[in-house]
Amino acid sequence: MIEFEAPKPIAQQSFALQTVAENMMRPVSSYFDEHEHEIPWDYINFMHMAMRATGAGSLAPRESKKKEGEEPKEKRPPIGYQSLAFMLEMLSWGDVGLYLVTPGGGLGAAAVEASGTPEQKQKFLARFAQEKPTFGAMAMTEPQAGSDTSAIRTTAVLDRETNEWVLNGEKIFVTAGHKSMCESDGFVVVWATIDPSAGRAGMRSFVVEAGSPGATVAKLEHKLGIRASDTASIVLQDCRVPFENILGSPEVVTASTTTKGFKGAMATFDATRPLVAGTGIGVARATLELLKQLLEQQGITIRYGLPRQKLTNIEREVIDMEIMLRSAWLLIIKAVWMADNKMHNPLEASMSKVRAGDVVTKITQKAVEIMGPIGYARDTLLEKWFRDAKITDIYEGTGQINRLIVARHILGYSGRELR
Amino acid sequence: MYSFTPTEEQKMLVDAISRYANQDLRAKAHDAEEEHMLPQNLLEKGWELGYLQASIPEQYGGFGDRSAVTGVLAAEELAWGDLAGALAILMPGLYAAPILLAGTEEQKQQFLPPVIEAEWQAYTAALVEPTFDFDPNDLRTTAVESGDGYLINGAKTFVPYADQAQGMLVFARLEGVTQGFIVPQGAPGVEVADRQKLMGINALPVYRVNFNNVHLPEDHRLGGRQGHDFEPVLSAMRVALAGLALGVSRAAYEFSRDYAKDREVFGVKVAQKQAIAFMLAEMATEIEAIRLLTWEAAWMLDNGKEGASKHAYLALTGATDMAMMVTDRAVQILGGHGYIREYPVELWMRNGRGIATFNGLAIV
Repeated sequence: MIEFEAPKPIAQQSFALQTVAENMMRPVSSYFDEHEHEIPWDYINFMHMAMRATGAGSLAPRESKKKEGEEPKEKRPPIGYQSLAFMLEMLSWGDVGLYLVTPGGGLGAAAVEASGTPEQKQKFLARFAQEKPTFGAMAMTEPQAGSDTSAIRTTAVLDRETNEWVLNGEKIFVTAGHKSMCESDGFVVVWATIDPSAGRAGMRSFVVEAGSPGATVAKLEHKLGIRASDTASIVLQDCRVPFENILGSPEVVTASTTTKGFKGAMATFDATRPLVAGTGIGVARATLELLKQLLEQQGITIRYGLPRQKLTNIEREVIDMEIMLRSAWLLIIKAVWMADNKMHNPLEASMSKVRAGDVVTKITQKAVEIMGPIGYARDTLLEKWFRDAKITDIYEGTGQINRLIVARHILGYSGRELR
Repeated sequence: MYSFTPTEEQKMLVDAISRYANQDLRAKAHDAEEEHMLPQNLLEKGWELGYLQASIPEQYGGFGDRSAVTGVLAAEELAWGDLAGALAILMPGLYAAPILLAGTEEQKQQFLPPVIEAEWQAYTAALVEPTFDFDPNDLRTTAVESGDGYLINGAKTFVPYADQAQGMLVFARLEGVTQGFIVPQGAPGVEVADRQKLMGINALPVYRVNFNNVHLPEDHRLGGRQGHDFEPVLSAMRVALAGLALGVSRAAYEFSRDYAKDREVFGVKVAQKQAIAFMLAEMATEIEAIRLLTWEAAWMLDNGKEGASKHAYLALTGATDMAMMVTDRAVQILGGHGYIREYPVELWMRNGRGIATFNGLAIV
């Protein structure tokens, strides 16, 4: 049966998160935008404490824990990803830059969840529940390889004497890379090739923990927006990690026969793309709400229900924004609902990302335009949200890469047939 | 809980409509448009699918309960076949659904069974008016109290099958709000003027209708002397049209997608060019986004959720842009062939533009 009711636990969670967003994020939004690279420890420590208390934490839903001897409860449909989508949307409504420094595993833990063995999950994910706030990150992009991840040059060579992987290369645009490697005992999941001649089939991911010899954070980027979030460059110079830090099977498979490693990375995206899209929706919702408030102060209320011919231009713009925002959010909900129900969702995940990237940039751009000098000045957060929103259409696959994925799916084309 | 899976009953209905839309509506659409006529047996067969009958409770001659979600699913499937045919098949609902939604018990018992228990017959409604800023909540057609009833005056346009309508709902402004009135066939003062020529949906006969001092007894006002709230009726019309827009858009998208996969250019298929592939990806995304928006609005209406009528308005406004964007691109993807009437896409583009204007021509 078609239904659009947010599950009860999500409604309760949203209420609590809105309080966090209003009290812990909004008041310091401007400050951390203007003090790039300063670390918002108050927010981090608060969130760490709160998440330890509630058991939340990583970008991948936890398996529900059963107490021993307890009868299994009435079976409810899983809502882990839906719950995360709502959580990320609300925190990003507070401040997406701050949301990105929320302690926890981030995309790094999501990668471990998606393709790690039970032992690896045990070993690498436990740290996020410990006393000190801990971070995780994912390192895919290289100076010469962005969306074309198969062009990655970072290498991993097995040193059979010490049974260690030796990594060499440079990773850029690592969200929370600095906090994962320098400010906590976290890790970065690094994508590298174990056979440069094998293309995608040679791709593997490796958990590089803080303190690994040969891994250094070389640079922190200065960005258009999301300035509270650190974006690091990580240089790997004969960086050694234990053999068992390769994600997935510990067997060294013949590289040329399988693209499982690469597919592992892509499967992670099916789960994370709608969530990242959801963070953009949070920014856009904040923008639209503030815009309507500011307009109302000027005596302008939006007259829903009128034919377009009777609407003012501002009314048309705002109504169109609402349509864009709601429909984009629903695409996200459908994509995460599919993920929760173990349905294959790469098409829906990419569609939700395409749409969100488009609409959140449009909405935030229009809001600044409509408010004129008020929108452009830093007195309100509109101009900040305009800068913050743009990243939605870039990271976790640009709008264009996601269009390509959507197109391949709807046309039934392989990457070779539609380049 | 969220769920995006229709019920088994809904799936069966959609499957049945889908077969009919493919084998009958789509097959006849071109000739019907060119000849300005829908074959009678096409309508009879569509009526036999039983969509409207299944949305009217037993005590009024039907065999089910109304659901806007089911209606939206049915509308998309019908319009995928042909918009003019879809409007004709749904048309008796234009009369029946508002009576079910807003009528008194007596009105339901008196007026619904003759529509539901018979073959397809022309029961229609007159809402649209011939002004550029037509607004269903601010009509120029008026109703005033007169003795033991009401006097209706005004001009309507786009009234389907007005020439043979056995019954007609006319909407008029009474004390500042829109109210429905049940007009029996042959009521004095109802003048069915000329059949209109339009840009699209030419298979559907639509007429101008003038109301000159049409006197109706009190019990012919929808909801009786107390009248009714127009909002639920308007919202049901909006989601219906949004559903129809989805069908037109999906038809255009699928046709242009398949064409692009078939047509060669510079040694590859047209669809292998990113310029075209990206257009198709955006069309598919747009349709899916507006479908969810429409489903949500319909679900809110069915469940009496706060803000449902605003969402129905947003859904239709979004669907209006979707229909134009998608059908225009479909024509563009076919290039010169898209402009030729032998192919169906130019008709879909003409019909797609009509979504902005057709509110009041369907209800679920």
